[in-house]
Amino acid sequence: MTRPPSDIPAAGDGAGSPALTPAAGPTPAAEPIPAAGLPPAVELRGITKRFPGTLANDAVDLTVRRGEIHALMGENGAGKSTLMSVLYGMERPDAGSIRIDGVEVSFGSPSAAMAAGLGMVHQSFKLFDSLTVAENVVYRAEPRRFGLVDRAAARRRVRELGAEHGLVVDPDARVGDLPVGLRQRVEILKLLHRGARTLILDEPTAVLTPAEADALFVVLRSLTARGRTVILVTHKLREVLEGSDNVTVLRDGRVVARLRTADTSGAGIAAAMTGRDVELDRVHPPGTPGDVVLAVEGLRTAGVHDVGLAVRAGEIVGIAGVAGNGQSELVEALAGLRPATAGRVGLRGEDITHASATERRAKGLAYVPEDRHAVGTAPAASVADNLAMGHHRTSLSSRHGLLPPSAVRSHARELVDRFGIKASTPDVPATALSGGNLQKLLIGRELAHDAPLLLVEQPTRGVDIGAIQAIHDELIAYRDAGHAVLLVSAELSEIRGLADRILVMYEGRVTASYDRSDADEATLGLAMAGGAAAPRADTPDPDDTPDTDGD
Amino acid sequence: MFFDSDLLMSALRALTPILLAALGGALCERAGVFNIGLEGMMLMGCFTAVTTSWFTGSPWLGVLAAALAAAAYSLILAVGAVTLRGDAVVLGIAMNLLAVGLTGFLLRTIFGVQGTFDDPSLAGLPLVGGFSPLAYLAWAAVGVTALLLSRHVWGLRLRGVGEAPEAAATLGVSPTRYKYAAVLVSGVLCGLAGAQLALGNVTLFSENMTAGRGWIAVVAVMLGRALPLGVLLAALLFGLAEAAGFRLQGLGMPQQATDAAPYVVTLVALFLSTAQHRRRTARTRMTTRTTGVTP
Repeated sequence: MTRPPSDIPAAGDGAGSPALTPAAGPTPAAEPIPAAGLPPAVELRGITKRFPGTLANDAVDLTVRRGEIHALMGENGAGKSTLMSVLYGMERPDAGSIRIDGVEVSFGSPSAAMAAGLGMVHQSFKLFDSLTVAENVVYRAEPRRFGLVDRAAARRRVRELGAEHGLVVDPDARVGDLPVGLRQRVEILKLLHRGARTLILDEPTAVLTPAEADALFVVLRSLTARGRTVILVTHKLREVLEGSDNVTVLRDGRVVARLRTADTSGAGIAAAMTGRDVELDRVHPPGTPGDVVLAVEGLRTAGVHDVGLAVRAGEIVGIAGVAGNGQSELVEALAGLRPATAGRVGLRGEDITHASATERRAKGLAYVPEDRHAVGTAPAASVADNLAMGHHRTSLSSRHGLLPPSAVRSHARELVDRFGIKASTPDVPATALSGGNLQKLLIGRELAHDAPLLLVEQPTRGVDIGAIQAIHDELIAYRDAGHAVLLVSAELSEIRGLADRILVMYEGRVTASYDRSDADEATLGLAMAGGAAAPRADTPDPDDTPDTDGD
Repeated sequence: MFFDSDLLMSALRALTPILLAALGGALCERAGVFNIGLEGMMLMGCFTAVTTSWFTGSPWLGVLAAALAAAAYSLILAVGAVTLRGDAVVLGIAMNLLAVGLTGFLLRTIFGVQGTFDDPSLAGLPLVGGFSPLAYLAWAAVGVTALLLSRHVWGLRLRGVGEAPEAAATLGVSPTRYKYAAVLVSGVLCGLAGAQLALGNVTLFSENMTAGRGWIAVVAVMLGRALPLGVLLAALLFGLAEAAGFRLQGLGMPQQATDAAPYVVTLVALFLSTAQHRRRTARTRMTTRTTGVTP
């Protein structure tokens, strides 16, 4: 508890100096630009890791040169996380060697890896919400005066590191009050404070808005320009193409491709990841709209101002917008989870403005919520029970209100087969499923209601390319079966690929409406940033569309 | 005059044991261990203090022994809740029940009496300026705990452990060590609280003599948001309630009614603080929603 603060890097590495101080590296490393003679920042040779039943890493080689952004790609379960756990001292490899700056190492704990100059930003941040930014950054590596935390020095340190790398954060802000993008900065500052020379970022953009993601890549470039190395663990193609220097692709625990980003294309990487040809950013054929299923007029609730829209049978209406512009609140109000303070919501001609969530479902609404872990599923319950939820009122219940276990199981088996959910048995808890499989479970369960209206939020957030395609195909098939779909997504390419009409929400209002043919990325991006000042009429077919003018 | 300096003095005397125990509880809370065993740890302190003082003739040795015995007793919580990952609430209740039975049994075995052991030759603590030295210690402990928690390296790490043990562990801080330390310190403080109760303003041991003060300390921790100064204010409130109860008794109110004063204050305070807490969490949920953070 009173050990000396040996892990505090020298305070002198201000702007300009690259702060490369390898603990035992044979080279002086004053040169921040990768040079031919320098050993790689990270060199993994023949890493093999076996878990009961699976070979997670099979003789994996990975070479990351100093000063580069190296993307490690692969679908869920390809072995990326295991490989990084091995590198970061969280797992012991069964075979293989690790060299950092040319020196062979063997880490027994993340602390040991940190001492050797590695640092990892986990996908779920490891921060203390009630502590300030400065306290989070210096935790366990505190500058001290008389045994007390030198808070002035801690603040100064945060400001200096922030100014040097473009990671400006208020050192006195409570981390719990910060938006996700800034929390991620705190994570990076934490590692830089500890003198990390190689940063491992696990799915760093999964929780970021497009603007935050762009800002992150500016920061990462500034880090590599100063001689730091970045390993980017991700399955998002676009950012790899835009932001990385080299790519290593894993599939089924093996390296299947080593590519220079400049020489490759998205399709090439996607093919390597999935092992088959993948059509990226597909645009599906348009639907054939019928009668109005969902009619919303002048809807108001907290965060939503006077929204009008209509969704017809056989069409997908997409809502685009930067997160936090009222989309979630709108969908919650439509699903019956948030009371409407004004306006009218009609479902197939019936007024459901004040109906409960249960009543809405009974009248023909299904709902895929944004947060599949906390809202969409019960993580501790089995796959079968999760699939039964909602259906317990209708198809599954027997005469006495009991759920016959055999019916629950056969229902589960049917959906598992139909939607390709990978679960060893329907009795495993939902937590045992990967993100993509859990999302398939959730979407499959809701689609199985065969409800005339489907509300679906962020259907493919954090999901593999393969699973994304399957989910998109399911949504299109659902539409073509004559159902109405309201889709909210932060992924523009998803909205443009699926939606027949696109609405843009900005500050709680629908500010723009486009037919899919008119909606190019630039137009949508401008509208999402508030550039569509005058709301346009949402009238693709004047006959049966209610008045949907904005305010 | 109902409110006068005497009432304040008597409130300050009543506050000491609650304050000491509540500071211990606050440390545990900050370390992420919900400690409701304060009552039992305090009672163990009372009995050990009286026994040791009786056999050695030194109230100071009594204080020391009380601190050590209660710390040892607190290991039940540390081992049970931290190492074995048991339920801290169940463990705390068990410790409180066990302490009543154990001290009652030992009272009969060692002193051969039931109910109360009281002897003129039992040495109590001297009073300095009307207060026991432990009262001054309790006030000092408020400042020390506040400084420790807000400014000291140990306090920062402890707060981190309580907030997100996993995050602390990834940075090389052992949550187990900090949680053990917090529980043991709370044991020491409860032992001192017990010694104050048994050798301070009165000098005796009677069965279940803590009479819910440990529980009130638990409430003081919640009410004071586990902040040392907040805990001090909450303990002061309960001290005042207890002193006012005595005063009302002197004015002819039935004892059964006046004895209830601290507990009524506890209930009201708890009710108010829970309502406020609900509002706060509701707000946090809103921010989480708008910033798009999925926990």
